[in-house]
Amino acid sequence: MNGILQALSSALTGGQLRVIDLTQTLRDDFPTIVLPPEFGQAAPVRIERISRYDAAGPSWYWNNLSFGEHVGTHFDAPAHWFTGRDLPRGTVDVLPVTDMLAPACVIDCTDGAAGDDDFLLTRAHLDRWEAVHGPINPGAWVLMRTGWSQRRGADYANLRDDGAHTPGPDAAAIRWLVEARGILGFGTETIGTDAGQASHFDPPYPAHHYLHGNGRYGLQSLTNLHELPPRGAMLFAAPLKVHAGSGSPLRVLALVEET
Amino acid sequence: MTDTPIPPHRSHRRTPSDPLRRTRQPLPLPGARSRAAHLLTAAAARGEFALPCCTACGRYAWPIPEICPACLGSVALATAPPGGRVLSATTAEVPADPYFRERAPWRVGLVALDCGPQAVVHLHPASDPGDAVRLTLMLDRAGQAVLHAGPIGGDMQTDPKWREMTADPATRRVLITDARHVAALPLARALANAGTAEIHLGLPEPWKPLPTRAALLAVPGARLVGLDVTSDRSVADLAADLAGRIEIVVNTADLPRPGDLLAPAAQVQARAMTEVLSLGLMRMGRAFGPALAERGADGDQGAVAWVNVLSVMALAAPPGWAGYGAAHAAALALSRSLRAELGRGGVRLVTMLTGPTEDSWFQTLDHPRVTGAALARAIIEALRRGLEEVAVGDVARDLMARLAENPKAVERELARAGRL
Repeated sequence: MNGILQALSSALTGGQLRVIDLTQTLRDDFPTIVLPPEFGQAAPVRIERISRYDAAGPSWYWNNLSFGEHVGTHFDAPAHWFTGRDLPRGTVDVLPVTDMLAPACVIDCTDGAAGDDDFLLTRAHLDRWEAVHGPINPGAWVLMRTGWSQRRGADYANLRDDGAHTPGPDAAAIRWLVEARGILGFGTETIGTDAGQASHFDPPYPAHHYLHGNGRYGLQSLTNLHELPPRGAMLFAAPLKVHAGSGSPLRVLALVEET
Repeated sequence: MTDTPIPPHRSHRRTPSDPLRRTRQPLPLPGARSRAAHLLTAAAARGEFALPCCTACGRYAWPIPEICPACLGSVALATAPPGGRVLSATTAEVPADPYFRERAPWRVGLVALDCGPQAVVHLHPASDPGDAVRLTLMLDRAGQAVLHAGPIGGDMQTDPKWREMTADPATRRVLITDARHVAALPLARALANAGTAEIHLGLPEPWKPLPTRAALLAVPGARLVGLDVTSDRSVADLAADLAGRIEIVVNTADLPRPGDLLAPAAQVQARAMTEVLSLGLMRMGRAFGPALAERGADGDQGAVAWVNVLSVMALAAPPGWAGYGAAHAAALALSRSLRAELGRGGVRLVTMLTGPTEDSWFQTLDHPRVTGAALARAIIEALRRGLEEVAVGDVARDLMARLAENPKAVERELARAGRL
């Protein structure tokens, strides 16, 4: 074992590094994205028992799992959106593994989202964050912390007659993050990387549009972002190696230094 | 769901059951039937009064003969006038058969039918020798066709034998599996009017809005419960709470999605519909069936019926409804297995085959479409009359008649017209 890994190992066992789980439990009653019903829908998570120490398998317990690629805490690959369709290595089976371990910047939007379900992260918020914490470094995840993961059920999906009302980035902010700051990807606590009403933005679904069109990634339905520092956390986000997959549910872990 | 605790409907209080008393066990009814006798089963299942009739001389016969006892002609079923007159009556106080002994005294009578033959019938207590009676061909608890006679215009529900052979929702506890179905609200209201003690309405994906929530919760005795028939866990959780309490299940779970075989994502939609319709029925049957069958002999408040609301497209679907028709056909096939399982406990499985309803997913189909209220009325009537197979709406009746006449013609007509 070389020196760096030895130090990492010691820091983990010694308590100087903490591992935070940013993942929601994959369960069958967790809300999924709702598209207009004329389109195909993502299959929800289903956990079907094969046996549990019973006549179908006396000594063992196991289930059959089924779900769409975009359920629960999940990863969006570039090929998920039309803008990323022609990019090389755009599906989860061929992503560069080096991208699966990367630093994270956490933008605290809890105050704004607390009073406004349609809260939008703007360039002004990002400028203020950089004024305090320094520039967002290229290759970093930017995580939008809203406290939304504390909501449950109908409050979490927040569907009304005109669709979902959930916070997200505006078009200018996400474009600037991708083009000017070169971020690795953008993560949210809500069902999508885009705001609930983002189909009315220009372009529609700007986070999907700019992130995936530039080979960047999305993470959604994250939780426990309040346990992360504004910068300095390392994210381990490795989607399932699904053949030509557009994304997948995954376990997202963060390493943070104890202060 | 914990946000809707609605107390039971006070005006329809049930008789409390004694927890120390052994629940009355289902007993097999006597009497296997010949293949010919099952001609009557089909008529009784649909609630039609039809008797064996000679195709040569036109004489009616009873019990069902292999050939005409008068002219040796062949016998078929024909609609018959349902009137008759009681010749004699008796009450079996101590029947030899265990089923009838459990339910004694049991009144039987000999009736001269207006159409000719004489028949031994289950006789209403208010009908005496010399009285004119109305006859009903109905299914007993074993699903066999029998004759019941009662006063013309009288209330058949006052006869314990009638109640034994039917599934009156009064004082019973009902589970409607999908509160989002177009018939859920009118059915809940109709059940409340019929004196149902409790109405539990399953709500899949409770995180999606339910426009009828306030109206449903305003129905006396109604409450919403979390239930997604596509989820093992959801079904098992609700069964843990309710399987031992429910006496009537009305399975309204449906997912109408149009699309021909070659349509985009057709198999994705078909899989989703199959999860709701056939596998959903399997999950519900496995979770609720055993407890229902166990309580099938528990008297006036025992478990009585499982109503499957299916589309008549289970029998024949236009090409534009390929996955939907297949999912309903699979559900119909499974419901026959469930009927046999529930039948061991004397619980009746009722199949409602509806034409397209007022559900917005059927908006491109021709009128007349079945309203939720019409479907609700048909379900209540089927329960009260003890029916087993009901065509709901003109479209369903027409399609079934055409299928009985020439199924190949129907296949070609549906393909050509693209609609029912």
